[in-house]
Amino acid sequence: MSVLVAEKLGRTLDGEVPVTLVQDADVTIERGEFVVIRGPSGSGKSSLLYLLGLLDKPTSGRLLIDGKDTVGFDDDERADVRLRKIGFVFQFHFLLGEFSALDNVRMPMRKLGQLGESAQVERAQALLDSLGLADQAHKRPSQLSGGQRQRVAIARALANDPLLILADEPTGALDTKSSENVRLILRELASREGRSIVAVTHDPGFASAADRQVQIVDGKIVA
Amino acid sequence: MRRLVDTSPHITIRDQYRNIPKQAAEQLYPQGAIALRGVKPKTELRGIRQYRKHLSAIEALGGIRAAPILAGQAIFSFAGRNEAVSLSGIVPSKMRDVSAIDEDMVAGSLDALDVDTNGIVIGRALAKKLSLRMGENIIVVSPSGNVRPMRIVGLFETGNSNYDETQTFANLTRVQALLNRPNVANTIVVKLDDATRAREVAATIEATIGYKSVSWQEASKDLLDTLVVRNVIMYSVVGAILLVACFGIYNIISTVVLEKTRDIAILKSMGFHSADIRRIFVTEGAIMGISGSLLGLGLGLLMMRAIAAVEIRPPGYTGVVHLPVYWGFDQFLIAAGFAVGSAVIAAWLPARKGSRVQPVDILRGAT
Repeated sequence: MSVLVAEKLGRTLDGEVPVTLVQDADVTIERGEFVVIRGPSGSGKSSLLYLLGLLDKPTSGRLLIDGKDTVGFDDDERADVRLRKIGFVFQFHFLLGEFSALDNVRMPMRKLGQLGESAQVERAQALLDSLGLADQAHKRPSQLSGGQRQRVAIARALANDPLLILADEPTGALDTKSSENVRLILRELASREGRSIVAVTHDPGFASAADRQVQIVDGKIVA
Repeated sequence: MRRLVDTSPHITIRDQYRNIPKQAAEQLYPQGAIALRGVKPKTELRGIRQYRKHLSAIEALGGIRAAPILAGQAIFSFAGRNEAVSLSGIVPSKMRDVSAIDEDMVAGSLDALDVDTNGIVIGRALAKKLSLRMGENIIVVSPSGNVRPMRIVGLFETGNSNYDETQTFANLTRVQALLNRPNVANTIVVKLDDATRAREVAATIEATIGYKSVSWQEASKDLLDTLVVRNVIMYSVVGAILLVACFGIYNIISTVVLEKTRDIAILKSMGFHSADIRRIFVTEGAIMGISGSLLGLGLGLLMMRAIAAVEIRPPGYTGVVHLPVYWGFDQFLIAAGFAVGSAVIAAWLPARKGSRVQPVDILRGAT
């Protein structure tokens, strides 16, 4: 079963002059597949990603995640799907500045509430260890480098063991070495752990690591 | 208020009727067409007759302590000086139950009036005025001309200079004889276990024995009305202060929500619900309210202690008294409860606004 299926997905902003962000997008993501979405600036890459991640509501089409049609879900139901099945990595790490790296990674687990406190700490530490941040667990985001912050964000995205990771320009704010590191991590998550990755990127080097590329122009998928 | 209730009788029964008794002809012919003018009321001996029987009936109501008093005027004559005083005939054992005078004794005791029926208890100020000492004899002259030497067996000091200079106490039987009013009292003072029942108990007593019974609420109506006005003003001021505090907290939480919009979007993108976001900010508001209340209660207690330490000399009082301060726990509870409640309400509005943040609107434009 496909992890994600979008059929004729569209998003139009209301107004005196309606603006179409995404139009009739058909996307299917299989388990363990690493897909990148590419296109010029303003083409609707991020808008499509937010629709696929249930951060935005489509105005047309269907979106099935893990076999469930999410059209008609209210805000809380969509939040529950995000919590259990989707992890996000953004261009800017978006970590909570008042919390340590470990607590940032624990945050989705605390909301899900399936693990006890010690198990949460253990899992968060293990995720940070696996991303080479064993010694950084108790540091706040402001004490970490850009690459380290993005790895913490990846660890947080993995906290609730999601089927799907959506990344919006994950290397956009990183230097070459850190970009390479993040690319390898995402590639391994797809190849070894069987997680599905959908990433928006401008970076051809990053895109070359993907299994498949989706091209989008003016809100329409062209390839 | 507590001082008023503690120091005054809860009910005072006097030898008066609330309504003028109807004349015989009026009682017989209530619908009569002829009016009789110049009918003189029946001459009655003033005072509460059969007061012992009434006393028993009152005490039988339960939770009540009552004491008979025969109050009249007298003149003290000592060393060529005459002084007009109020003389109250009392039963010491009963008076102790209804009055705080026993606690104000500075020499001797009320019980001495039982031991020495010619004994008299006077205020220390009066004793000083007449250069009298404990154990000395004075001549007491009643308005009817009876003269009796009496011995000072006790001195009291209430701090009220007028009371201490004019009020005296003697044995009830002795005063009845002195005032030529045997077997009569003209006042019964009543204390209740539950002072709040005074109004209804007074009505019951009046219905039972017929004499005018005045509860402390009726007697202090003007004061109580003044207190109501004072409370309205006080609560209006406190309400206005709370409103200002509410706006303060509203502004703080609104600012925090604005500053944390990005964090709200992050949390919602992770899967947090709107209710979770609301709870965070309402909790923050509640913590502010609780912290503010604790700080306010601490400062308030310090201010109350400072106010309670202020010494004043009220007109008519011989001693120094401290400003009265109410230390009841309920007022702290009400103040803290209102403050925390206001803080929560003030925080809820911006929390609600924050919870409605759509993550995509923030994340799309965030850097």
